[in-house]
Amino acid sequence: MSGPGATGEAAGAAVGGAAARPIPPRALGPEDFASAPRTDAVARSSRPSLSYWKDAWIRLRRNRQATISLLIICGLVLFTVVGPALWRIDPNRPELSRISEPPRWDTRAEVLAEPPPFGETVLADVPPSLTADGAMLPSPASLELIGRATVESVRLRWAPVPGAAGYLVYRSTSRPGGDYLGLPMGEVAAGNVVSFEDAFNLEPRTYWYSVVATNGAESHAAATIEVTLTPGISLVDAKVIDPTAKPGDFVSRPLRPFGTDFLGRDVLARLMSGARVSLFIGFAAPLVYTLLGILLGGIAGYFGGKVDHWVMRFTDFVLALPFLLFMILFKVAFGSGPGESGIGPMLVAMIVLAWTGAARLTRGQVLQLREQEFVQASRLLGARPTYLILRHLLPNTLGVILVSLTFAIPSAIFAEAFLSFIGMGVAPPTASWGSMCNDGIKTFLVYPHEFLFPAAAISVTVLAFNLLGDGLRDALDPRMRSVE
Amino acid sequence: MPTRRLTLLATTALLALGPAAGCSGGGETRAPGVLRLVMSEEPPQLDSTRATDQVSNEILGHVMEGLTRYGKGGEIVPAVAESWELGEARATFHLRAEARWADGSPVTAQDFVFAWRTAVDPKTASEYAFILYPVKNAEAINQGKLPVAALGVRARDARTLEVELERPTGIFLGLTAFTTYYPVKQAFYEARPGRYAADAQDLLANGPFVLSRWIHGASLVLEKNPRYWGAAHVALERIEIPYFTQDPSTAYNLFKDGKIDLTGLDRDLVGRAQADRFRMKAFAAGSVFYAEFNHRPGKPTANYHLRKAIQLVFDAKEYVSKVIGVPGNRPGVRLIPRWVPAVGGPFWKEYPVEPVRLDLDAARRELELAKRELGGKIPALVWLTGDDPGTAREAEYFQYLFQSRLGVALKIDKQTFKQRLAKMTSGDFDLVAAGWGPDYADAMTFADLFASWNENNRGRWKNERYDVLIRNAQASIDPKTRMDAMAEAERILLEDVAVLPKSESGRVYLQSPKLTGVVRRAVGTDPDFTHARMEP
Amino acid sequence: MLAYTLKRLLAGVVTVVFIATATFAAMHAVPGDPLTSGKARSAEIRANLKARYGLDQPVLVQYGVFLKNMAKGDFGISFTQQNRSVNDIIREHFPISATLGVLSLLFATLGGIVLGSVTARFRGRWADRSTLFFVVLGISVPGFVFAALAQFGVLALNRSAGTTVLPVAGWGGFRFMLLPALTLGLGTLAFLTRLMRSSLLEIVNQDYVRTARAKGLPPWRIFLAHQLRNGILPVVTLLGPALAAITTGGFVVESVFAIPGLGRYFVQAVQQLDYTVIMGLTVFYGAFLVVMVIAVDIVYGFVDPRIRVATEEQ
Repeated sequence: MSGPGATGEAAGAAVGGAAARPIPPRALGPEDFASAPRTDAVARSSRPSLSYWKDAWIRLRRNRQATISLLIICGLVLFTVVGPALWRIDPNRPELSRISEPPRWDTRAEVLAEPPPFGETVLADVPPSLTADGAMLPSPASLELIGRATVESVRLRWAPVPGAAGYLVYRSTSRPGGDYLGLPMGEVAAGNVVSFEDAFNLEPRTYWYSVVATNGAESHAAATIEVTLTPGISLVDAKVIDPTAKPGDFVSRPLRPFGTDFLGRDVLARLMSGARVSLFIGFAAPLVYTLLGILLGGIAGYFGGKVDHWVMRFTDFVLALPFLLFMILFKVAFGSGPGESGIGPMLVAMIVLAWTGAARLTRGQVLQLREQEFVQASRLLGARPTYLILRHLLPNTLGVILVSLTFAIPSAIFAEAFLSFIGMGVAPPTASWGSMCNDGIKTFLVYPHEFLFPAAAISVTVLAFNLLGDGLRDALDPRMRSVE
Repeated sequence: MPTRRLTLLATTALLALGPAAGCSGGGETRAPGVLRLVMSEEPPQLDSTRATDQVSNEILGHVMEGLTRYGKGGEIVPAVAESWELGEARATFHLRAEARWADGSPVTAQDFVFAWRTAVDPKTASEYAFILYPVKNAEAINQGKLPVAALGVRARDARTLEVELERPTGIFLGLTAFTTYYPVKQAFYEARPGRYAADAQDLLANGPFVLSRWIHGASLVLEKNPRYWGAAHVALERIEIPYFTQDPSTAYNLFKDGKIDLTGLDRDLVGRAQADRFRMKAFAAGSVFYAEFNHRPGKPTANYHLRKAIQLVFDAKEYVSKVIGVPGNRPGVRLIPRWVPAVGGPFWKEYPVEPVRLDLDAARRELELAKRELGGKIPALVWLTGDDPGTAREAEYFQYLFQSRLGVALKIDKQTFKQRLAKMTSGDFDLVAAGWGPDYADAMTFADLFASWNENNRGRWKNERYDVLIRNAQASIDPKTRMDAMAEAERILLEDVAVLPKSESGRVYLQSPKLTGVVRRAVGTDPDFTHARMEP
Repeated sequence: MLAYTLKRLLAGVVTVVFIATATFAAMHAVPGDPLTSGKARSAEIRANLKARYGLDQPVLVQYGVFLKNMAKGDFGISFTQQNRSVNDIIREHFPISATLGVLSLLFATLGGIVLGSVTARFRGRWADRSTLFFVVLGISVPGFVFAALAQFGVLALNRSAGTTVLPVAGWGGFRFMLLPALTLGLGTLAFLTRLMRSSLLEIVNQDYVRTARAKGLPPWRIFLAHQLRNGILPVVTLLGPALAAITTGGFVVESVFAIPGLGRYFVQAVQQLDYTVIMGLTVFYGAFLVVMVIAVDIVYGFVDPRIRVATEEQ
């Protein structure tokens, strides 16, 4: 098609001029029956003419939500593809001294001296055994720290309680009160053993330790001590960062901008490697099954009759397979061996089961369109099937198919997340957003960062695809134009 | 989680929630003496001759009672039997006159004879038939070689039960508290062919509670059994189980909302429970968790030095603290856990074991030896595990451990329950995460696990001396002889690093402050509400 | 119409047999033995169990027996719940899943049609954009996350109210169904809203709408008689699959809200390789869905005369 230009305008004016000319009544001569001069310009519009896709692109760009979504999706792809090259942290490497650490900018940590071996304080004198009611035993006197309380170890000592057959030690993250003492850390099973070491998953924070005496029944009286732990890093761990480190020095630990997870792994790195899994499944599965669906549905709808009958019987059959059960059944039946991530079986199961929606949708549309006047007219004019399909049926189905595709990407991402939820997702140590979300939601109220980042990743992605899909749909559908 | 201790627990200790129980409080008024619980699922099998799982065994523990039961401190106390004589070849039980079925009829010796015969009958296809094998001819009957009537148990009269033993069995008394040994009333059983225990009205109770209502999949209601011989000491009027969920967080939310009175906490919930300031309690749950090495010929893990190297880089304390993350669990140092009694005190005190300490240098030396013996290179090892929550965390930890401390690659093979079992049986693994819950309160429930004939010895470890010691311990009824033999067997097992002990299970749970007198224990019905009370 | 329905039903029966075959094959392709248990069983106990469940027969014989029993409507006894027939399980739990499914579908369909109409009517305006955004935002969260957050929300609500406003979990009266049904229906609601919107927008420019407008019909009549009836078509096509998605997708909601529906049996059965339950539930659900799809097609033909003509001509 030729572009806009002066020729077009001039031709338009000429035609207009001709139409306006008054025709004087006269006898016709042979010159009146000569062919009119051909002017290609007649059909030219006065507006710049655009290709279908170019037009769609312009209209898409005018949609702010869609544009932002597109940018976000480009960003996600960058995050996934380029991210790991820039942020070179092994997503699968645990750091057990940094479990569930929230994002923290100050990474300096004091190198802690190795605590001397802990020996229980055992008194020679066994406290006299009284037949007192255990619940009435007094609280241990003079509960105190032995040495320095660090994130490596906290050691407690107390005075024996007469009549006690043992002691229970509790640890709390808030000041005990009422009958609340905290987490039961352990039991000292003798009345004359009056010390306890806690090295159980300590975080750099303040704890309240409570000790109660027992003799079968637990005493109601607790001795409590408030202990603020010195943050730091063990000598062994520090030497990995700086081989010359010695106790008392400060070393800088690697930055964890999104915090760490339940094994002390870098959440940002896992988010990147999880993106590869989630986005791969999200793109690959719907693309393949939607294409498959369009193909089968289009064939069925266009040809009708026997073809339609058999294709749709087959579709009914696949559709009748309960998706969830077969998804699990196929995934289990295809199996994944040692060291495999299990993405393959998941993908195959999804494709085998999920194409029916697109097929039915396409068929329904094609059936409807097939009966419409413009298609029938085209057919009467002798259009061939390929032309009809490519020119009329496909473009007119595209809108609805696109709506279903935009939903297919998020739903594939969700299907993966669902499988993670029931414990049949990707195999460890592979991360996916779904599995991270599922792990994170359990501790959401205590360690929100483990949940919020993957959840936000899923939500933003799904939202972006949905909004982009909406924009695309409006932009691509020719019937939408006149509405604007 | 109590009763079905017999089973190989899920793969890991990380899932520390049991069939938690629960009760209510909260915004609505409840009649006094009513306890409310949540369970992980509805009981799959309440026919005591066929029950195998924890949930069923827990419910059966509330509604049934065997010849004996466990007391508060884990000791065997009289139940339906008020006294007994136990010899090498036979045992005689004297039933108490007041023992009654919920329909008012007396519990007779014949009821035990019928139940035991039913359990070993091959037609019943009871999975737990083997637990009756100490009874004379039980094994032959179960294999179809002898008629059921040949079982060595008879009712001398209505109140005297005589048992002939296949061989001297030191643990027999403990077995009589077990589910499969519960009585079943023949007339009641036969009146509902194929339907016994299928519904509330199809189960005849003789324990502290009766099953009064059972809406499948939705709720269970147990009521106090007024005909129970000890009914005077049963304080609870009713136990309601209106919720079944496997989601620990849902159970926690129900507790917080005051809808249930008891719930277990896993690693993910201990933090919330602290933030919500609930009183927490802990107890030793009785199971042992370990990694089994595959000893089949040709497997790298059949090499002693490789196993030793793995043992030397594993720090059970670190594992319990950082990976399990629930206090109350103990670092695994041995096969026979701390709660198991020996002769006069706990087994661990009478037969102490020196824990193996983390030693990277020694591990490196062992690894070199292993490499030399295995032809220069350690291939990637396969860690077989299940799909329960927590197993992934554990597998990832071990993968890191092997990679960073040994330089050996570990491939995680995560399978669903039945597939994992299939692979365990066929030996398709190098290491497998496994665990064991006790059937009875004796070291033997653990010690015979790795005898070469035991089907649960999935790694096919074989040691002749071990086998002999276990046989000797099984054939003796002298406690000292038995314990010495088992301790020696355990020493051999640990010395050869046949398995890698990981942890001894402990559980942290929440209990409504109104609920008192609940007994939590490692073996026997847990939680036990027989003497529990619910303050208004 | 009757002949057509009968023909479809007959085809449906064939489909169900296909499903049964596919399930049987897939199930037997899963490695593992349903009769293994955590506690290893000795050879003789295994043999006893095999005989009990008929697994000592060749696979083809098992298949034949299964089909025969299925024709009689008997799915056999569960491997894990050994006192319950699969028929019992379906009879007791399906009504719960179905109640939940129908309720959430009702919510989703009505909500979808209303919101879809509103957004189409106010296309491009504030009401359209904000409704769409929230609908989309609502489905941008995985189901289990939404369910868990909803539960936290109710818990907080109950605590601040000092009484049980809504139950946290469990099954009972309507109050128990409300939150799970909303959670379950949300995804479908969003889907249907968008579908409805796009389908209505396509119709706005159809000739018959223009004609109706030209005739001077009041806008509401044009909307009800022409736009809505035609715009609803794609929604109707998707009801069958949507119901399927909702009933099977119920697992998450049933699990989080401790609802005794069928969903959990699905998942457990595969994990436990409970042959009879896998077969029974798949075939039952398959048959259910087949009937649903047929029903939807009939309704579709009823709503859209063009399709009816086309099918009857065949």
